[in-house]
Amino acid sequence: MEGILDVLERPDFLGLLGTHVELSVIALLLGAAIALPVAVAVRNTPVGAALAVNVGNIGRAVPSLAILALALPFLGYGFEPALVALTALAIPPILINASTGLREVSREVIDAARGMGLSRSQILTGIQLSIAAPVIFAGIRTSAVQVVASATLATFIGGGSLGNLIVEGFQANNSAILLAGSLSVAVLAIITEVGFSGVEKALTPKGLKFAQKRHG
Amino acid sequence: MRSLALLLQDLIEEPKLIDWEWISENFWEDIVPAIQGHIFLSFVSVAIALAIALPIGVLSARYRKLYPPVTFFTGFLYSIPSLALFGILVSIGVGIGPKPVIIALVAYSLLILIRNVVAGLDSVPPETIDAARGMGLTNRQILFGVELPLALPIIVAGIRIATVTIIGIATIGAYIAAGGLGKMIFDGINRNFPTMIITGAVLATALAILADLLLLALERRLRPWARVRRA
Repeated sequence: MEGILDVLERPDFLGLLGTHVELSVIALLLGAAIALPVAVAVRNTPVGAALAVNVGNIGRAVPSLAILALALPFLGYGFEPALVALTALAIPPILINASTGLREVSREVIDAARGMGLSRSQILTGIQLSIAAPVIFAGIRTSAVQVVASATLATFIGGGSLGNLIVEGFQANNSAILLAGSLSVAVLAIITEVGFSGVEKALTPKGLKFAQKRHG
Repeated sequence: MRSLALLLQDLIEEPKLIDWEWISENFWEDIVPAIQGHIFLSFVSVAIALAIALPIGVLSARYRKLYPPVTFFTGFLYSIPSLALFGILVSIGVGIGPKPVIIALVAYSLLILIRNVVAGLDSVPPETIDAARGMGLTNRQILFGVELPLALPIIVAGIRIATVTIIGIATIGAYIAAGGLGKMIFDGINRNFPTMIITGAVLATALAILADLLLLALERRLRPWARVRRA
């Protein structure tokens, strides 16, 4: 146990933690910046929305190690290639949830809004996005948890993250380093999961919460 | 003009991303066993997970109080990143090789499978169960003859999601000597040999997508009522 604490006090620990968080945050933001506009653009065309969901589903099936490893021959070693790979990993869950969430806003609600004289953009921001917000955010949460987990693997292509400690622990056959790395990655992932679920709950409008309770 | 053509040729040939000769030379010796090893790891893990998830799911659907702690615990396992879970299992003395990887893959499948077993059992209409009871079926007969068959499409949907997830995570297991397609990816990284990385990554992806499609087809076949309605 003491050995683990020693590792956490090492001068490079904070740097690795910082890189891990940096990779995850930027990849998540870039992923959302790509996936959300696409989902919004295809929201009113069934073919486009179906295509977005299918592309997302195929994207989800690609193993995260495969995406990270594939970055190596094409983009090389280091932080940027890892960031590109993690961004690619961040897109599918957001794309799937945002497309389905926006599609599921019922036709009647949109018709009513149109009847009240709302413009397309008012319907998008005032109705579609707010009703779909919890579903969209659930996608962002899935994506965040996956990106934080996969950022560990960035170590294999020189991205530098807490994964470095795990690899060092394995290579040196040192269980203190191995456990320190593994546990800090696990704690980071759980904090992400719990934090995002909290925001998701806060984002769900009262009326929707009531409806969800009645249905489930 | 000539130099531009040469430059283009260089761009295409220089990185030599795929060495087809290597693939044909190592096809039977390395590639096929890697695919088999990967299928074995994934199949064994999902099978063990299902054997654990079915009874827990049935119990959770019956005794509702059990369900929140079960999802809390399996959700906790699910959110631990795989390389970290391997690290924890190895450092507490499970050793390396397929064993810790299968344990981790089973742990990841539990949440998805249990959730779908419960959702599947919940989807059975109470009237159907009443009718079965009225026909004199015992609880056990109702469970195995009515509820589980009707819940099967949703359970298979869970098996599908779990299998795709597990095929992906199994690649990382190669880092602790569990073999499979991940070994090709890691060997490729270590030798700086793109052909191996690309072959391993593409085959692992293909395997995941193939499993997804096969189980989706099975899921659809198991819903004859849905097919009738559509026709």
